[in-house]
This record gives sequence, structure tokens and C-alpha cells, in this order.
Amino acid sequence: MTFLKRYLLPRLFQYLVVVFVGTTIVFISTRLTPADPVQQTIQRITAQGGYMDPAAVEEFARTLRELYGLEGGVLRQYAALWRRLLTGDFGRSYTYFPTPVIQLIGTSLPWTLGLLSLSSIMAWLAGTLLGGLAGYAGQARWAKWLEGVVMIIRPIPYYIVALLALILFAYFLPVFPISGAFAIGKRMTVTWDVVVSVAKHAFLPAASLVVGGMGVWFIQMKSLASTVVAEDYVLFGRAGGLSKGKLVFQYTIRNAMLPQITGLALALGQLLSGALVVEYVFSYPGLGMLLYQAITQGDYNLTMGITMLSIVVIATGVLVIDLMYPLFDPRVRYR
Amino acid sequence: MFNVLRDLFRHDGRFAFGFCVFVGIVFLALLYSFCPYNLSIWNTVPRDRPPSAKYLLGTNSQGQDVFWYATAAIRNSLLIGIVAASLSRVIAVLVALIAGYRGGRTDRVLMSINDSFVVLPLLPVLVLVASMLRGKMGILELGVVLAIFGWAWDARLIRAQILSLREREFTKTAILSGMTSLRVVLGEHLPFVIPLIMATAINNISFVIGTEIVLAVFGLSSLETPTLGTMIYWSVNYQAMLLGIWWWILTPVVICILLILSLYMLSVSISDFLDPRTRLQVIKAKG
Repeated sequence: MTFLKRYLLPRLFQYLVVVFVGTTIVFISTRLTPADPVQQTIQRITAQGGYMDPAAVEEFARTLRELYGLEGGVLRQYAALWRRLLTGDFGRSYTYFPTPVIQLIGTSLPWTLGLLSLSSIMAWLAGTLLGGLAGYAGQARWAKWLEGVVMIIRPIPYYIVALLALILFAYFLPVFPISGAFAIGKRMTVTWDVVVSVAKHAFLPAASLVVGGMGVWFIQMKSLASTVVAEDYVLFGRAGGLSKGKLVFQYTIRNAMLPQITGLALALGQLLSGALVVEYVFSYPGLGMLLYQAITQGDYNLTMGITMLSIVVIATGVLVIDLMYPLFDPRVRYR
Repeated sequence: MFNVLRDLFRHDGRFAFGFCVFVGIVFLALLYSFCPYNLSIWNTVPRDRPPSAKYLLGTNSQGQDVFWYATAAIRNSLLIGIVAASLSRVIAVLVALIAGYRGGRTDRVLMSINDSFVVLPLLPVLVLVASMLRGKMGILELGVVLAIFGWAWDARLIRAQILSLREREFTKTAILSGMTSLRVVLGEHLPFVIPLIMATAINNISFVIGTEIVLAVFGLSSLETPTLGTMIYWSVNYQAMLLGIWWWILTPVVICILLILSLYMLSVSISDFLDPRTRLQVIKAKG
């Protein structure tokens, strides 16, 4: 009961706060801007050469305003945004008219989720393990070298890492496909062939994300682990003749790992941003590519839908990690 | 202050590297005042020339000198970074001081909002804002927009510091001797967090420069203004890599890597210096 009250409810509450703050930010930022999406859409249509008489334009503008949730006062518009979020109805895409936005997102989302979850878990595990080992080893030469290399890679933004990978693998080492998610003309069936093709296509985007993201975990874990190593119980464990494996994994890494899990939850939004950029670089058919199309086509509904959905996805991801936390930290479980 | 910087420069390789590279890049940015071309006009020089004595870093497909274009790009990128970093420092410090000093419910509410800002996927939100503002956004507006979304993580760090300062003896002495909250916070606590504010500001500048590049690549920055991002955008747009005009695309990429690396080294070195534990470790390792 205390667990429910002191751990679960605050987490669920924070989940709602994230969605609420995100929705409100989206609402405020779209209202504060001087550009009017309705006028923009009409301008684009008339610029394409079509003539519309003024009455028709007025009627058209009214339906667009309704579609974009711009009818009525501020409060009503805000309520309309929430209604759209809760029903998942973000209107129809302008680019792929009349496909609903939610359907476009539905086909892209699995690719992004797959890429994002796979690469963040891999980057997190690799960074945490290597960082833990390096922190345990302390002043050993290999640990210092590794830290030096990581220090150089860590601050470089995902986009630059992906661009360098693209240049490298397109011109000098053409082993991996540099665009798409599976070979063109393949049908999506579960055969060995398709699986290999999907894995090969995912390699470069995923590798860029892992290389670009690993450094943060490594450096944090190294400093966490090096403080844990200095604790008395590790010293006693060593004096008591415990095996090195036990000292490293159960005594050092397991105890130093907890802030890393919180860190993963907090970094999730950034990781998604990184994944979107990398998808664009490698023309990977996920949300990032869809977002790029929405920008180039000025598809307001689609941009809006992707933004709102990303907020929900990230908030849910954070909640899932938070709920898994008691598995790793017995103190939370038995409180 | 000056002595500390000199010691860091002498004893910390990372600081020395970061400082030298950063000064070099700033020098390039200052060189822009001597730019012999008008960069908003195309075809002032022959197109697609490789690097030579006359065109140090070659010329691009728009007939602009890559070297001089790069100086302008660095200047503008740094400008966006500085505008965004200083503005977001104001927000971060205010939130951190209020949350950290008031504590209790104020702290919980503010940190709840703060954490939401931390986990929000920035890129889609920024894309939404930037695509609404497209065509109307200069580099200053871009800096302001990036500041509005870039304060949360640093507010968290600064608040943690304030929380520990609040428990220290001198805070109680100050309160007991009748100082107002405002004066305790501004007069007693703020000076302690200034170094931390500087370190986070450096990090924030490189975050802003990286984000500007991403927005530019999506075509959402102000594309007529030379920045590191728009430079990459145009070179990718003109297929510079496919056409073998490597000097056009590699120049901004290399400058960006060097700039971000130097800022990172500076901030790591400064925050290591600020943390007494790591300072002790360094002394132990040396002595």
C-alpha cells in the first residue's frame, strides 16, 4: 500500500504532468506565432494557379479553421486540441490527402520505435558496462585510452555522426545499404531473407545512434563507479577474497547503475530527437522521414500529429522505465 | 579568477586544447569583418574551384568563397549560441533559485514542470514552432526560441547546488541576522553557483549550435543567413558530396566538430575543477 502511494501514484501523476505540459507548450507555441496556417494553405493552393471566388475562399478558410482547431475562443481551441489528442484524430494529411494523419503515423511509428528502443538499449548497456569496468579499473592504461576516445566522440551531435557514417560507408566502404529500411521490391513477410535485409538496412542508423549516444552513459558510469569502488564495503569484499567478477558486477556496477536508469528515463526525449535526425539522414521510413516530408510540404496537420504523438510516446517510455525501477532497486520495493 | 584559469591551462591538457581551439575559431569569426565579398550575392567568384592559394578553401556551387563564407557562418552560429545561452541562463537561474530556496510545494511544482521540459522530445516541438515561423525567423529569433526550450536541464543542476547551500551554516546565520530571502538568495547563494552557471552556459552553447544545424538541415533555419547549419544544408542540397566538392561540405562539418569538441573540453575541465572530489583525485594521482 505504501508502495502504491509513495511510488506508483507520484509516477502516474508525473506522467500526466508531462503530457499536460507538452500539450500546453504545443498549444501556446502554435498560437503565439504570427503565421496563420489557414492563410498559408490557401496561399499555397492559389499559388498553384487555381482561381477561387471570394465566397468559396471564405468557406474554405472556415472549414480549414475548424479542421485545424482554430474556431472559437482560446479556451475552446485548447479544448479542441485535447479532444484531438484523446481521440487520436489529427485530421487529414495535406500531402497525402485524404489519408488521416494518424494512419500515416501508424505506418511509420513501428520503424522509429524499433530503431529507438534497440539503439538506446544497446548504447545504454554498452556505455554502462564499459563505464563500470573502466571505473573499477581506475587508473589502468586501457581505461584511460578508452576514456580519451569516448571524450572525443561524446559531444559530437547525432547528425554529424550520421553524416560522417554516410560519407564513410557511401564512398569508401560500401558494405551496408545507406538508405531505406529493406531492399526495394521486397514484400514484408517473415522470411530469413527479409529479416537479413531489414537488419542490414537498420545497421548504419542504429550504429550512428549507438556510437553517438554511448559516450554519455560511459562517462557518467565511470565517475559513478569510481566513487562506489572507494566505498568500504568494496574494500572489505576485496579483503574477504571475493572473486573479481562478483566485485565488479554485483558490488560495483549494480550499485552504481541506479542513477543511470533515472538518466535513461530523462534522456529519452533527446534520444528520440536523435533518432528522428538519423532517420532523415539514412532515409529510414520512420517518423523522422515523415516529419521531413511534413516540413517540406508545409503539412501542418501532420507536423502537429507527429509532435503530439512523440510527446505521448516519450512520456509513456519514461513511465515504463520508472515502473521498472523497483526491479533494480530493492529499497523502493520494500519501503 | 585569472590565476585559476592560468593553472587550468598549465595543468589540464583538456583545458589547454579546448582554449586554443576555441580561440582559433573565434579568431576566424572575427576575420569576417575583413571579408572582401558580399556573401548575399551569388557568383562573385568562379564556381566549384578546389582549394588553392587564391581561394583558401575553394569555392562552392553558388559562386561563393568557402573560406569567407565559413567565417561568417562561425560568427552567426556563435552569436545564436551566445544569445540562446545567456537568455536560457536567466530562466534557469530564476527557476533554480526559487525552487531550491523556497523548497516544499513550490519546489515540487516547479521541478515537475522542469522535468517535463527535460523529457519532452525537443526536435518535433522545435520543428513545429520553426515551421510556423518559417521565413520570418532571423538568427536572433532562433536564439530566443532555442533559449525557451533549452533551460530545463541546467535549472535542475543549479537547483541541486542551491539545495545543498541552503543547508549550510551561513544561510542560517544570514536568516537569523535578519536578511530578506531575496538578499540571501542573490547575495549569498548566487555567487556560489556562478561557476556552475558558466560551465552549463558553455554546454548550452554547443547544444544550441548542434540544434541549429539540425533545424537548418530540415530547412527551418533562416537559410539566407550563413551559419554552420545552413552551410551544411546548401552543400547537401547541391549534392556536394556526389559531385566531389568535398571542401564545401567538410569545412562546416570539421569546424562544427572542432568547435563542439573544444567547448566540451572546456566545460568538462571547469566542472571537474568545481567538484572537490575529482580535484582530490587529480591531486592524488599526481602526487
